[in-house]
Amino acid sequence: MTIEATYGVPTVALHTDKFDRVVRAVAAQNGMPGLRQAFVPQPVMGKTAAELRAYIDGRDPITKRPVMQEVIEGLTRPPAEGDPAAVEFDRSTPRLVEPDTEENLHRLFLERDWTDKLPIILPTEERVAAMLAATRRRPDEVVGHMRPTHFREAWEYTVEKVAVNAVMAGAVPAYFPVILALAATGVSARGSSSSSLATMAVVNGPVRHEIGMNVGTGALGPHNHANATIGRAYGLLSQNLQGGSVPGITYMGSMGNNYAYNSVTFGENEERSPWEPFHVQHGLAPGDSAVSVFTGCRSTAFTLGLREKYWREHVRNLLRGLDPHTPPTLLLDPITAHQFIDRGGFGKKEALIDWLYGAATMPAGEYWDYQLVQNYIYPRATFGEEPWASKLQAAPDALIPMFRREDIHVVVVGGETNGYWRIMGCTYQTTCSVDEWR
Amino acid sequence: MESPDRLTVLNPTGFAPKITRKELAARLDTLDGKTVYLVDCRFDDSDVFLKQLQAWFAEHMPAVKTVFKPISSVYLKDDPVTWKEIQARGDAAIVGVGH
Repeated sequence: MTIEATYGVPTVALHTDKFDRVVRAVAAQNGMPGLRQAFVPQPVMGKTAAELRAYIDGRDPITKRPVMQEVIEGLTRPPAEGDPAAVEFDRSTPRLVEPDTEENLHRLFLERDWTDKLPIILPTEERVAAMLAATRRRPDEVVGHMRPTHFREAWEYTVEKVAVNAVMAGAVPAYFPVILALAATGVSARGSSSSSLATMAVVNGPVRHEIGMNVGTGALGPHNHANATIGRAYGLLSQNLQGGSVPGITYMGSMGNNYAYNSVTFGENEERSPWEPFHVQHGLAPGDSAVSVFTGCRSTAFTLGLREKYWREHVRNLLRGLDPHTPPTLLLDPITAHQFIDRGGFGKKEALIDWLYGAATMPAGEYWDYQLVQNYIYPRATFGEEPWASKLQAAPDALIPMFRREDIHVVVVGGETNGYWRIMGCTYQTTCSVDEWR
Repeated sequence: MESPDRLTVLNPTGFAPKITRKELAARLDTLDGKTVYLVDCRFDDSDVFLKQLQAWFAEHMPAVKTVFKPISSVYLKDDPVTWKEIQARGDAAIVGVGH
């Protein structure tokens, strides 16, 4: 669209057929519903040159016309008579839904894809007003902007809109500042990547205990009202405030992701952690309350404890199990956090992260051959971006770091019923103050 | 007046930006003698696909000059250097493969 609209070059965009609805929707939202687009079968990835040539010689799976006819005509056929010239459309929606019975409203919310397909609390004016009373911020204050992917339009939302979604999720007003802080990150918990990513939200500081969050036994599971509904609110507000999360249109995750039901939301167990809390590592004071968000949650590795003889090898094995495009965040039960100190002498999280960075290596040839590395890292390396440009110089058999050191993180959580621990493959995005939203 | 069994609730959706319609660039009368850039978005083997597309033009429309052009970095980043090159030296563009 940029080449066509900004640089005035007639262009045809080629896509795989699974994306027909989404690319047409994006073109329309960008003011170019007539953008010339042609389609070939999915997948392109992994096909031989001969197979891809057959796509080109074949028919467009959407229009059933020859692919190259679509392409050539797309560059040469003038716009149809009556195509509208430049014009502006306003898409404002009413603040209130048409009054109806409780049963009908539940059906309406479900049919409009405003829920996560589980029952919601209807956001009546009284309930929303009670939620709004939990912050000093004005209802009409803009909180931020959000979008499902980088190439889609960003939608705007206010404190009141966040409150509506918080009510729907079953949250109580005391949780609202945490939910507003999550909304203020601008990071969507309903990203549309075909990789089916989810987010993780880690809460730090006094607010954890003020609202009764679980940081101990079962913290990552469905056992605590605050953890459950704050995480659910983050998902609902993301899908509704960014313009949707509908498969085929605004959500393209091929398999979907169960983590998305409550965005892996929990509090760090600061009291039983031997190290600095996560939010303090990121510039806040211990007495501050904050929430940190991570994206790209798909892969999880786990094991029990750290054995005396081969703990280093076992940790390396877990790290090597991750796709090198997605860095590791260790979720450590306090028992294991202390074991890392006993086994490796890691008196600070930073020391453990240094060791993990050195331990996570693989041969350069293998690294560069990963599909996601090819898609997202190799182009940046060839563009000269470090540290990837230097990695490109390594011989295929040379061991190179799988991750950037600054992308590796450690969070302590759990109730010490045993020393199980996990590695979540995910990318830290930002930490947002909760206190600013009280 | 609202009946007692009817509820008034708030709309949970955010505020969509306004859409400003943009016009397509002028189309070409013919591709013969023209330069068509094949823009590789560097995603999921799109380079292999576009080189086959280039071969198709060489076989079926040899009067068309094609230029295989990978974007400078990842598709997540705007690439004005490449777009300006296409504007200056090309007549049309085919971008692929999106998914």
